[in-house]
Amino acid sequence: MFRRAQDINEKSTWQELTPGAEIYEPATSLQVKTGDWRVMVPVFKEAQCKQCLLCVPFCPDNSIPVKDGRRLDFDFDHCKGCGICYKVCKFEAIDFVKEEK
Amino acid sequence: MKDDVVEIRWHGRGGQGAKTACLLLADVAFSSGKYVQGFPEYGPERMGAPITAYNRISDHVCNVHSNIYHPNFVVVVDETLLKSVDVTSGLKENGALIVNSSKDPEEVRKEVPGYQGKICCVDAEKISMETLGKNFPNTPMLAAAVKVSNVIERDQFIKDMKSSFQHKFRHKPQVIEGNMKALKKSMEEIKVS
Amino acid sequence: MAIRERLSGNEAVATAMRQIDPDVMGAFPITPSTEIPQYFSDFIANGKVHTEFIPVESEHSAMSTCMGASAAGARAVTATSSAGLAFMYELLWVSASMRLPITMAVVNRALTGPININNDHSDSMGARDSGWMQIYAETNQEVYDNFIQAVLIAEACRLPIMVCQDGFITSHGVSNIDLIEDEKVKAFVGEYEPENYLLKHDNPLAVGPYGVSPYYMEIKRAQAQAMKDAMPVIRDVANKFYDMTGRQYGFFEEYKMDDADVALVVIGSSAGTGKEAVDRLRSEGQKVGLIKLRVFRPFPRIPLAEAMCKVKAVAIMDKAEGFSNSGGPLFNEARNSLYDLPDKPYAVNYIYGLGGRDITVEDFYDIYRDLYVICENDDPGDVYRYVGVRDSRY
Repeated sequence: MFRRAQDINEKSTWQELTPGAEIYEPATSLQVKTGDWRVMVPVFKEAQCKQCLLCVPFCPDNSIPVKDGRRLDFDFDHCKGCGICYKVCKFEAIDFVKEEK
Repeated sequence: MKDDVVEIRWHGRGGQGAKTACLLLADVAFSSGKYVQGFPEYGPERMGAPITAYNRISDHVCNVHSNIYHPNFVVVVDETLLKSVDVTSGLKENGALIVNSSKDPEEVRKEVPGYQGKICCVDAEKISMETLGKNFPNTPMLAAAVKVSNVIERDQFIKDMKSSFQHKFRHKPQVIEGNMKALKKSMEEIKVS
Repeated sequence: MAIRERLSGNEAVATAMRQIDPDVMGAFPITPSTEIPQYFSDFIANGKVHTEFIPVESEHSAMSTCMGASAAGARAVTATSSAGLAFMYELLWVSASMRLPITMAVVNRALTGPININNDHSDSMGARDSGWMQIYAETNQEVYDNFIQAVLIAEACRLPIMVCQDGFITSHGVSNIDLIEDEKVKAFVGEYEPENYLLKHDNPLAVGPYGVSPYYMEIKRAQAQAMKDAMPVIRDVANKFYDMTGRQYGFFEEYKMDDADVALVVIGSSAGTGKEAVDRLRSEGQKVGLIKLRVFRPFPRIPLAEAMCKVKAVAIMDKAEGFSNSGGPLFNEARNSLYDLPDKPYAVNYIYGLGGRDITVEDFYDIYRDLYVICENDDPGDVYRYVGVRDSRY
């Protein structure tokens, strides 16, 4: 029986941690919604996008999902609003605006 | 020290085999059923620097892990050390000083003023040259130490050394006979004051 | 039937390693532990073991190798001394925090400053707070027996362990030893089967994560618990070892303590020399005793305090200077352990044996005499003392 990452949080006691703080499952970073940190937000303008996919490798947070060779809208659970995608886009297919929360 | 422990101190120069002789003595004493210690004193040694090695040999486990300051026997593998090292320091008067030398014991005695105990001389260089054709003084000195200290019975020693040489020199069997001769010759030719 | 042999302490450890046949050894040579990987590589060359031997370019890499191997699920061993241990310093903390059960032979040698190759305990004592367990040996027999037990202790506790012996004194000293048959050792240590490891196909694992402040302290508290929990494990493994060999091991050995007036607490080979002093003084009618500490980490605080309380005065011997202005590391911990007890003995510290300075039976006489003086005067005097040092005042 492994303690799952989702069951460990900042309220967990020392007895509730795993030995050596090991993590027994992959991709646990998905559970941390870094999208909350965002002040600015990228806006995907699909009509102008040439699907060159240059923005995808530049995204430091893996927040531009790609399906069947085409990028989809942003993963806003994890996009931190850094704006790198907006800077590298050659086709003005990404806007970068203040987020209204 | 418990009375039955025989303590031996070896003086030699780096590269002459005093440490090897000390460990060989521990080996053969072990083979004859004894409890043994064989340990060299380590420092930043170079070829030719004076070195010291020690043996404790007993019928009981020996707990002491210090160096030996009051040996029963002292073996000097290189007689030039008599001038530079206080080889008889702490040597018990009922023990013996065993020196690799062509001189007579009484002549050697002049070089260790103050020491009243027994002195034994064996010309290990000559014996080694005669039997091995090279100067390896440690084999004759080992035999001399065994003969004088009597820590191992002679025939047992000869037997154990033969099997030890057969193992050690399994790739050079031609030197086994010479080494065995060197042992026996040393035990015969040793001069005791 | 035990196998009667004569081996140096380094040969004894290499032999234990051969019998254990670990999965990985990462090693870099340093005096006086060099012979351990040297003998072990002979075993590899001769097909006596199946170990992946990884010669590296530094001790930092040797420990990193062991950590990677251990995290991957391998039984990993290494050996080092002095500056080599110091060069592993960062990784000692990391490996303990990652709870990797690495077994390391430490052949104790003085740390440099000035450079020196001979024995004292400054290297391993300097790493005493790293989270590694530490077991010390008086003899070649003990270092061999300790190494075999250590593998099981480490794996059961999920903590790394140092198996320490005195450089040159036991590591290069040949003496009698009873070896255990290969198949018995193999059965004793068994196969290493960790529950989780990096190479486990059906269970992805991440090790060594960043520990942000909200977690770091809980992680350390859990690690401290592992060290506490090691006490019964060490005892159980010793019992299992006793069943196999008839040789008994505890956290410490009490030598003629039952009716003793005064006693020493000492670590390592010097305990043997101290025992000889005890025997001789007892033959002269003086009731003296000795406690030889085997397990320094975890520190056996309560049982050790109880043992020391049998006497009126104890001399706690440190083969390492802590530069703390309040005595060596063993003194501070042993004396601290007495604090809660109502009837405690006087406890004084002797720093001894630094950088290979020999300690003799006669030195121990002097210490026991000092202890009797303390009892007579009802005054410990200066508790922070040296033995075997040239001093213009005396």
